[in-house]
Amino acid sequence: MSELENPGRPALLEMYRIATLIKQADDRFIALIKAGLIASPYYSPRGQELIPAAVSVNLRASDYVVTMYRGIHDQIGKGIPLRPFVAEFMGRATGTCKGKGGPMHITHVASGLPVTTGIVGAGLPIANGLAWAAQLKKTGQVTVCNFGDGATNIGAFHEALNLASLWKLPVVFVCQNNGYAEHTRYDLGTSSATIADRAVAYGMTGVTVDGNDAIELWRAARDAVGRARAGEGPTLLEAKTFRFRGHLLGDDSHYIPKAEMAAAMAEDPLPRYRAWLVVQGHASEAALDDIEATNAAAIEDAVEFALASPFPDESELTTDVYAMEARA
Amino acid sequence: MSTSAQKKMNMVQAIAMALDEAMALDPTVLALGEDIADAQGGGVFKCTAGLSTKYGTERVRSTPIAEQAIVGAAVGAALAGMRPVAEIMLMNFMTVAMDQVVNHAAKLRYMTGGQTHVPLTIRTTTGAGFGTGGQHADYLEAWFAHTAGIKVVAPSTPADAYGLLLSCIFDDDPCIFIENLPLYFVPGVAPLAGERVPLGKARVVCEGADVTVVSYSRTLHDVLEVARELEAQNVSVEVIDLRTIAPLDMDTISASVARTGRAVVAHEAQVDFGVGAEIVARLHREHFGRLKAPVGRVGAARSPVPYSKPLEAAFVPTRARIAAAILDTLN
Ligand SMILES: Cc1ncc(C[n+]2csc(CCOP(=O)(O)OP(=O)(O)O)c2C)c(N)n1
Repeated sequence: MSELENPGRPALLEMYRIATLIKQADDRFIALIKAGLIASPYYSPRGQELIPAAVSVNLRASDYVVTMYRGIHDQIGKGIPLRPFVAEFMGRATGTCKGKGGPMHITHVASGLPVTTGIVGAGLPIANGLAWAAQLKKTGQVTVCNFGDGATNIGAFHEALNLASLWKLPVVFVCQNNGYAEHTRYDLGTSSATIADRAVAYGMTGVTVDGNDAIELWRAARDAVGRARAGEGPTLLEAKTFRFRGHLLGDDSHYIPKAEMAAAMAEDPLPRYRAWLVVQGHASEAALDDIEATNAAAIEDAVEFALASPFPDESELTTDVYAMEARA
Repeated sequence: MSTSAQKKMNMVQAIAMALDEAMALDPTVLALGEDIADAQGGGVFKCTAGLSTKYGTERVRSTPIAEQAIVGAAVGAALAGMRPVAEIMLMNFMTVAMDQVVNHAAKLRYMTGGQTHVPLTIRTTTGAGFGTGGQHADYLEAWFAHTAGIKVVAPSTPADAYGLLLSCIFDDDPCIFIENLPLYFVPGVAPLAGERVPLGKARVVCEGADVTVVSYSRTLHDVLEVARELEAQNVSVEVIDLRTIAPLDMDTISASVARTGRAVVAHEAQVDFGVGAEIVARLHREHFGRLKAPVGRVGAARSPVPYSKPLEAAFVPTRARIAAAILDTLN
């Protein structure tokens, strides 16, 4: 049974590298915001790092990942180069989107990140189209679409799941269920006991996994990506997780009971994963420290690059509106 | 040109011909929409009849009733290098998919710094006159023309429908293609195969010396009728068919008004905050001082589309109101 397989050591360490790179980048971005160097609302993915880490080691470079405003974890997971990534956060001309997209819209086609949206739930219908194109072109590409639990209450979610199932599209819908939609607790906004339950209505495989357990995540992602790749259609994969820094940076999480927050913090997936790797003998403390040191150097290099980069020229204001700059 | 010898065709046939030609020409051209495949009847208006049989149901896909899913899938497929043609049965149903159109299709090129583009065509249809009431016959072109990044096209003849649709499909920007239901079955000169009509170029339909009337889609035909009637009263009307609303061919309009010194804009959409307002503002800026009269506007009444026949007839810009607006500029 394939379910019994475990990721090999390279995958285990790659997941650690990605997850810590996300956490370190998140810490650094927050410092940059506090220092006034990034002027933007910021949606931290802290606590959710293992999800894209486990998904992305099951993806190919040519696969697509669609994500949203809370998306740096998914973008880093897919391998976005750090220099233009950080430059886009700072609105620089050298950013992935020439500084015209900004943190909520980080897009990097070359990394397989064709859409990042600031509209809750909007990524799902678009992911279907990417998957449809791959199906027609027979490229074998899989599309992974990330969203929160709140997004599953938007009409677009239901329309998209129905269509994906009807058309057997090679797409994996990953719901990162962090328990809250903005300030609204899961059960006050969502009528079903689990998100995965909703898959039943669309004749789709629905799976709920512990989003803090790297191995469980890895297996579920491998199976879902495998089904999509094999032409067996979409999966709704719900990863239960928690956001440690509120909805938006500066949000004090007053709507989260203190005991709930404390319990979640005690379950912080990153230190747990690190301890597990060491205890299981997959890596030494020193080897994991090395990974984090390499990450830190790469982040600093990117920050320096971004800071040294110019802002876009004012002429950029009206470029890229149309294919040829048509006057409307 | 001898009209009797010319082949005739209606707009439905012209659209079907354009879709067929585009799909034959380029395997990345796809079609999707409610009931469009042959098993479902080839579209409620039959514009897509035969396509799925010829090109397969992978490329010509009937969808559920899910406008966000339709436009979203078209956006995604376009991002992945295809040229989808999405059918939204009636223009009012575009409101259900506005997020995908306005926040995504229109803006992805810009927001990604030119990395992506969305070569998507959304075909939709509208027009009052069938007693469908308030939710099935609105002209909403101004909503889209107001959004940077989208092109808005509204043909008035079968040949233009064919030529403009091909241009939209092979254009690299998202295009909203507005088909007019009352014009669907009116025969016109058949298009020449392969003859595309460029986007963003208006056409002077008839020349005149006294006043310029700018129009498009169904209203154009009423304007032409009024122009013929006024000719008998020695009023010479120049009529311009915009064909493309955005981008607006201001050069053609402006050159005409420079000659006539008078202008009226006539469209079926409501006057308030509409396309006419944009044209009037630009004309006043370019010709202030040379205009012999304030630029006039004619459109639908400021109301939802009414059901009752006499009200519906009064709702659209009637020939009498168009004539009155033209004569107004002459006094
Ligand atoms: C259509 C839409 N409505 C409202 C918002 C404002 N908004 C931004 S994030 C958010 C909460 C979404 O929660 P969830 O889907 O659970 O994702 P999470 O932020 O928890 O990752 C809301 C209401 C939006 N961006 N888009």
